[in-house]
Amino acid sequence: MTRALWAILRRDLAGLLLGQRRGGGALLPILFFLSVAMLFPFAVGPDEKLLARAGGGVIWVAALLAAILPLDRLVEPDIEAGFFDQWALRGIAEEWVIAIRMIAHWLSFGPALMLASVLAAGLLGLDGAMLGRVELSLLAGTPGLAALGVTVAAVTAGLRGGAALAGLLVIPLAVPVLVFGAGSLIPGGEAGLALTLAASLILCALAPFAGGAAVRAGR
Amino acid sequence: MQAASLTATELVCRKGDRWLFEGLNVNLTAGEALRLIGPNGVGKTSLIRILARLLLPTQGRVAAEGSIAMLDERPALDTHLPLGKALAFWAAIDGQAAATDQLGLTRLLEVPVRYLSTGQKKRAALARLLGQNAAIWLLDEPLNGLDTAGAALTQTLIAQHRAAGGIAVIASHQPIDLPAAAVLDLTP
Repeated sequence: MTRALWAILRRDLAGLLLGQRRGGGALLPILFFLSVAMLFPFAVGPDEKLLARAGGGVIWVAALLAAILPLDRLVEPDIEAGFFDQWALRGIAEEWVIAIRMIAHWLSFGPALMLASVLAAGLLGLDGAMLGRVELSLLAGTPGLAALGVTVAAVTAGLRGGAALAGLLVIPLAVPVLVFGAGSLIPGGEAGLALTLAASLILCALAPFAGGAAVRAGR
Repeated sequence: MQAASLTATELVCRKGDRWLFEGLNVNLTAGEALRLIGPNGVGKTSLIRILARLLLPTQGRVAAEGSIAMLDERPALDTHLPLGKALAFWAAIDGQAAATDQLGLTRLLEVPVRYLSTGQKKRAALARLLGQNAAIWLLDEPLNGLDTAGAALTQTLIAQHRAAGGIAVIASHQPIDLPAAAVLDLTP
């Protein structure tokens, strides 16, 4: 069993992180994230104070959008190709597969996003202390976004227009993580960090069961 | 091979508001084979998926002793990977290398799966099936896309599997040689 789970994790990482499956990999969401962060100063003008105040929130919105990008290839291709059926026949529970996919999905955008945030902070004129808070809040919040993404991808797999629907579903569901995560950036908002982490952990704990049930119900 | 048996009692299957079959019984022990026949859409694939316990029957029970392997129109291989690597994924899970030599795939191991023909993909799926070393084979249209030699090979493999004490359930429209196999006609 452990051997099988390792094999699945290796395959997921090769597919999602390195982008062996249908191109892109970790690079595409990150470039998207940076371009959103770059657009913002163009749109609102080079007012340093305004940028520094709104910058943290912009990074969070860009992170959420970047996490939505790969949703349509998270679960559906494997259902269509028969992988989930073959795993079920071998007694590998859908819950395990979804949990592994959640980890691989987070690894494919979480750490890279935190690295790219350094660049984005430069573009938006954030100071060092603010960048530190942004990094901490992303570390706490992005696992929740990954869990949410995988769950919604499993629920919408096989539906017509599933990709667009997945994006629409994730955005409202991600609001709590976004509110706490971006809220933790304002001075005196440190409690928000704990709430971000709490929301994130709840999502991570629920995702394998919700996603697994969705895959089974879709058979 | 472990002792194998596959029993289904009083199966009822409903798809939407259509009743596919009712009161269906299957009882197979080591070495036996069952051939499913009937026109398209009569429920052969549904029955196979119920026996694989991927679908729940509307009513009835399925009991199986021994591991189950299923072969259908989806090879479950990563299309962007070379065949050798795609099969290696299943070999890592099953703990046994896929039987690529036996199925004449040795020359194709470097070719990405998406460039393979239907028949070659079917051969690859058969190699995966053999590697799983399961006691019960559920084969949905195993001869689709295979050439004459491939079809003959598949029938030999099924015969060897049964001789070793395995069970095979086969849904096929093509003529297939299954000595002493039970036939289940799903035509209502």
